[in-house]
Amino acid sequence: MESYLPILVFCVIAAGFLVVSLLAARLLRHRGSGRTSREPYECGNEAESFAHDHRFSIRYYLIAVLFVIFDVETIFLFPWAVMFDKLALFGFIEMVVFLFILIVGYVYVWNRGALNWA
Amino acid sequence: MAVFALFAFLAVASAMVVVTHRNPVYSVMSLVVTLISLAVMFVLLGAPFLAALQVLVYTGAILVLFLFVIMLLNIEREAPGGGHKLQKLGAALAALVFAGLLATWFVAAQGAVEPVPLDAEAVALVPLARHLFSTYLLPFEIVGVLLLAAVIAATALARRGGTSVGEDEA
Repeated sequence: MESYLPILVFCVIAAGFLVVSLLAARLLRHRGSGRTSREPYECGNEAESFAHDHRFSIRYYLIAVLFVIFDVETIFLFPWAVMFDKLALFGFIEMVVFLFILIVGYVYVWNRGALNWA
Repeated sequence: MAVFALFAFLAVASAMVVVTHRNPVYSVMSLVVTLISLAVMFVLLGAPFLAALQVLVYTGAILVLFLFVIMLLNIEREAPGGGHKLQKLGAALAALVFAGLLATWFVAAQGAVEPVPLDAEAVALVPLARHLFSTYLLPFEIVGVLLLAAVIAATALARRGGTSVGEDEA
């Protein structure tokens, strides 16, 4: 359990950073300003419309889904790498079969043009 | 025990926020707290690898996906007082039945089942790997096929009409 102490320290520092920066901003900021300070870009271009008025491309979603899928693939590589010496050739072939199945998917996605943004 | 109590409380409380908050983005953020609390549970059970995966995959990747869906569907806020009256009644009834079942099960299990300490050996990374690549070899390879199906399904669904994904307009 002691080995999780760094994580606890990390959490405390993260929470402390949050509290300190919010407090500092509260103490330092200029107050009593009007409508413009509530704009998304106070010193930039005026926003022409709301983000919710627009439709987003499905490609954002597709990229995210593909990321999750290949993320899960790499998870299986981790225990395999830990046991690599003991699994020997048989384990290597197992992983090659697994990776081959997913590379088929990768080639499919590539051919479909799902990775092109233009 | 104190750690367990704290994170069990956090998990349940944030899960309540997930289902009750009207702003879906806040719900997702609350779900982050729930899933991280569950990751702490995995650590307490002696499965740090699962805990790391919980944080990386669920809180990292899957919840980003949730946010993308909220963004794509343009869900801003649930209308106040939303939901049919019958729907609310049904939900309350279902919750009551579930709570009742759970309670009776707990009472019945009290003393009848001897609590078994978790076999820490079974959930550590090395034994996990040994089982995965020997006993559960076939399921492991089937997971590969499942992931392949997910890749193809996502790509095919994102296709509009006859054009491929790269061709259509944003």
